[in-house]
Amino acid sequence: MMFEIVTYMILFAMLLALISAIIGQSVYDKILAVNIFGTITVLFIALFGFLTERPEFLDIALVYALINFITTIAILKFFEYGDMGRSSHINDQADI
Amino acid sequence: MTVTVINIILLCLLVITALAINKQRNLFAATMLTGIYSLICASLFVCLDAVDVAFTEAAVGAGIATILFLGTLALTGFEEKTRVKISIPALLLVSITGGLLIYGIQDMPAFGDANTPVQTYLSGKYIDESATEIGVPNLVTSVLASYRGYDTFGETTVIFTAGIGVLMLLGRGRKNRKGLLDEDDA
Repeated sequence: MMFEIVTYMILFAMLLALISAIIGQSVYDKILAVNIFGTITVLFIALFGFLTERPEFLDIALVYALINFITTIAILKFFEYGDMGRSSHINDQADI
Repeated sequence: MTVTVINIILLCLLVITALAINKQRNLFAATMLTGIYSLICASLFVCLDAVDVAFTEAAVGAGIATILFLGTLALTGFEEKTRVKISIPALLLVSITGGLLIYGIQDMPAFGDANTPVQTYLSGKYIDESATEIGVPNLVTSVLASYRGYDTFGETTVIFTAGIGVLMLLGRGRKNRKGLLDEDDA
């Protein structure tokens, strides 16, 4: 019962994050909303594992957290430098 | 019961996101919303017990696709050309196609039905015999790596080739004859 209530609350939080992504004015509002949404997804998957009595899903939630982090870094990097096709021959800030 | 309600809520969120993407004229906002769309899809796949598909959806849909979209936006600009005209034939075509697809769903077996050909024909054999036939403890691994070995090998080759192609297209800055970096190519 407790897990169900929390799951519904998480789903409601998803809705709120979605609304903030839709009506947010600046670029950073949107980035923040997507990041929050990713975090909520991680929570949701972790909770869903416990809800269906298979807590093994917890590992998957962890990997989601990693993916979420990488995406946010990539988006922010994009806004900092304007592009992502940087080559390491000329620039020490390049990733490849 | 709870899972059904969760599915319904997630599907509603999906519809809201899709409509919002459609309404957006700022392409960056649309890209961010596609990321959210992928995350909701991934949650749905987890609810449907397709965890591996959910994984791919999150990595490709929310991760790589977003970055590719952003790379494209850097080249093309962030605002969509406004066009308010609605094309009636296109709307009709889309509605008809959607209707046909929904009509086609009715022939499909119910979700989790034990009497479908998929469940009765091969699954039992895999579950019973794969441990002795292949000797790999994980059922999915034995199906992918042994029963469908050639298929998987082909897929891997295709993906490897595609990866090499993309890397060649992206390039790492060509060097000219003197071994110095050519500024134009970088």
